[in-house]
Amino acid sequence: MEKKDIIQSFKDSLFTGLIALALFGPIVGLRTASKGEGLFITPQWGIVFLLVGLCILGRFLINLNSARKTEITFFSKFTSKFSAITEDKAKHFAITAILFAAVFPFLPFTDRYFMDVAIMILTYIMLGWGLNIVVGLAGLLDLGYVAFYAVGAYSYALIATTFGWSFWICLPLAGVFAAFFGILLGFPVLRLRGDYLAIVTLGFGEIIRIILINWYEVTNGPDGITGIPRPSFFGLPFKRSPDEGETSFHLFFNLEYSTMHRIIFLYYLILVLALITNYFTLKIRKLPVGRAWEALREDEIACKSLGVNPTNTKLTAFAIGAMFGGFAGSFFATRQAFISPESFTFIESAIIVAIVVLGGMGSQTGVVLASIFLIGITEMFRDLEQYRMIAFGGAMVLIMVFKPKGILANRKPTILMHGGKK
Amino acid sequence: MEYFIQQLVNGITLGSIYGLIAIGYTMVYGIIGMINFAHGDIFMIGAFIALISFIIFGLTGVALPIILLLVLLIAMLFTACYGWTVEKLAYKPLRGSFRLAPLISALGMSIVLQNYVQVAQGARVKPMQPMISGGLEFFKNSEFIVTVSYLQIFIVILTIILMGIFTYLITKTDLGRAQRACEQDRTMTALLGINVDRTISITFIIGSSLASVAGMMFVLYYGVIDFYIGFLAGIKAFTAAVLGGIGSLPGAMLGGLLIGLIETFWAGYVSLEYKDVAAFSVLIVVLIFFPTGFLGKPDIEKV
Repeated sequence: MEKKDIIQSFKDSLFTGLIALALFGPIVGLRTASKGEGLFITPQWGIVFLLVGLCILGRFLINLNSARKTEITFFSKFTSKFSAITEDKAKHFAITAILFAAVFPFLPFTDRYFMDVAIMILTYIMLGWGLNIVVGLAGLLDLGYVAFYAVGAYSYALIATTFGWSFWICLPLAGVFAAFFGILLGFPVLRLRGDYLAIVTLGFGEIIRIILINWYEVTNGPDGITGIPRPSFFGLPFKRSPDEGETSFHLFFNLEYSTMHRIIFLYYLILVLALITNYFTLKIRKLPVGRAWEALREDEIACKSLGVNPTNTKLTAFAIGAMFGGFAGSFFATRQAFISPESFTFIESAIIVAIVVLGGMGSQTGVVLASIFLIGITEMFRDLEQYRMIAFGGAMVLIMVFKPKGILANRKPTILMHGGKK
Repeated sequence: MEYFIQQLVNGITLGSIYGLIAIGYTMVYGIIGMINFAHGDIFMIGAFIALISFIIFGLTGVALPIILLLVLLIAMLFTACYGWTVEKLAYKPLRGSFRLAPLISALGMSIVLQNYVQVAQGARVKPMQPMISGGLEFFKNSEFIVTVSYLQIFIVILTIILMGIFTYLITKTDLGRAQRACEQDRTMTALLGINVDRTISITFIIGSSLASVAGMMFVLYYGVIDFYIGFLAGIKAFTAAVLGGIGSLPGAMLGGLLIGLIETFWAGYVSLEYKDVAAFSVLIVVLIFFPTGFLGKPDIEKV
C-alpha cells in the first residue's frame, strides 16, 4: 500500500471520529439523572472517548483492509457456501434436524433452561412458518402478525377459563377466531399496495393491543388473564396430586413425579404443531391456491389477466397465516398459564418478520436457521440484559447489509417450465 | 363551542409536531421508496438532545429567546448527524437490493437506537420544568375559558416558519431541484451530473433536522420524555404521511394536522383510552376510499 493511501485512510478515520464524537457526545457523554427536583447532568466523558477511539480504530482497520478487499468477500463466500450446502442437501438437513429435535429432550446436557429456550425457538419457528405463508409466499408484508398471535392466545385463555373446555377443543377454536380476524382485517385492506398494507397491518396490531389493555371487563386490562389451564396428556393432567377421580400422568405411567414431564410434553406439542404448519405449507404450495400466491407475489397484473382474483387469493393467505398465528398463540397461553397485553407488542411482530426475511423469504429452512440465530443471540446476551436488544437490532442490520436476501437466498422456484429442462 | 375551539387549538399544536415528523418519512419515501422506520427514533433522539441542551443552558441564565434558538440549532445539528450516519450505515449499502431489505434494516436500526438511548440515558422518564408559561385567555365570560398558551403559539409559528423555509428550499433552490429530480428518476439524474448519493444524504439530514425540531417541541409541550416516545409518535407521523399521500410534502403537513385534530377531538369527545385507535381506524377508512391518500399521485403500474 502506498503512503498516500495510508494518509487518506487516516484522515477518513479522523472524520469518522469527529462524527462519532457528535453522535456519542450528547447522548452518552451527558447522562441526565433526576436528583430531588428536576434533572441534573452527570458527565461520562470516559466512555465517550473510549467509543470514539474504537470508531477511529475500527474505521482505520476497515480502510486498510478494504485496500486489500478481503473482508466482504470472505463473509459472502462463507455464507454462500453455507447456503449451497443446505440447499443441495435440504432433505437430509430437514431429516437430521427433525431427528435431532425429536431426541433433544433426552440428550444428556439438556436441562430445564435448554428446554425453555428450545420451546421458545420452536414457538418462533412456528410463527415464522405461519407468517412465511403471508410474507414469503403471497408477498404481503404484514407488520401486525402479533395481533393474530394475541387473538389466538386471548381466545384460548377466555374460552378455557370461562367454559373450562380442554386444550384440544380450544386450540382449533382459537385458530378459527384468529383466521376470522385475518379475514376481517384483510377484506378492506388487501387491495392496498405493499407499503400501505405494511402500515395498516401495523396499525391493526396496535389497535388489538390497545383494545386488550382497555377492554377491562373482558380482557382484565393490563393485569392480564391468570390461571389458564395447562394442557393434559390425552386427559391425564401433569399434577403431583391429582383431584378425586383423576389419574395424573406420572401415576398412569408409573413414573416418579417430575416437573420436567410437562415441559417435555409442551416441547413435543409445539414441535408437532410447528411441523404441521411446515407440512401444510409445503403441501399447499403445490395446490392451485399456493401456486396463485407465488404467482401474485411475482406479478399481480399478469395474474389478473389470467383470471386469478387477487383479493380472494390474498385473503386466503392472510386467513391461513392468521390461523397458524392463532394456534401458536394458544400454545403460548397454555405454556405461560398467564397472558397480558405486554407479550404482544410491536417488537414481537418485528422479530417474526425479521425471522422470515433474514431466513430468506419463502425458505422454510431459512426460518429455522434465523430463529435459532436471532433467539440464540438474545439468549447469549441474556446476562447483559440491556445490551441484548442492541445486539439483536445490530444483527438485523448486519445480515441485511451483507446478505440482503437472507441467509438462504438461493431459493429455487417451486415450479419450472418444462420441468426446468431446456 | 368554547370546548370545541380549545380542542381545535390543541389539535393544531399536536398536528404541527406530527407534520414535522411526517415530512421526514415522506421525503425519504419519495426519494428512495422505503419506509424509514428509524425516523421515529431519530425524533426521540432529537428530543433527548433538546432536553440535555435545555438543562445545560438553563444553568447559564441566558435570556429565554436565545436559549430557544441555541437549543434549536444544536438539536438540529446533532440529530442530523444521526440521520446521516443511519443512512450511511444501514440504508446505503442496500440501495438497489430487493424491496423489503431496507425496511428490515430500518427496523433493526430502530431497535438499536431505542435501546442505545435506554442504556445511555436510563429507562426512567425524564421530566423537565416548563420553559414557556402563561398564555392568552379567550371567552372569559363564558363557562369554559379557552386558553391559548404562548407555547402553543410558539410551536405553531415555528412550524409555519420552518415550512416556509423548507418549501423555498425544495421549490426554488438547486438542492431542491436535484432532490425532486432524484425522486422522479434516479438514473437519469445521475446521468445529468447530479451527485445522487449526496442528494439522498441531504434528504436524510433535512428530515432528521425537522424531526429534531418536533422533538424539541415535544419536550416543551409535554415536559416528559423517555426512550420509547419515538415508536408511537413515529407510527402516527407515518400514518399522517400516508393519509396525506406519501411522497407529497404538503400532504405530509396536511396529514399531520388531520391526525393531530382527529386524536385531540377523539380524546376530547369520545374516549381518552382509545385515542390511538382513532388515528389508525381513520387511516384504514381513508385508504379504502383514497388508496393513495389525499394528495398522493395515483401511481400507474406498467406491465
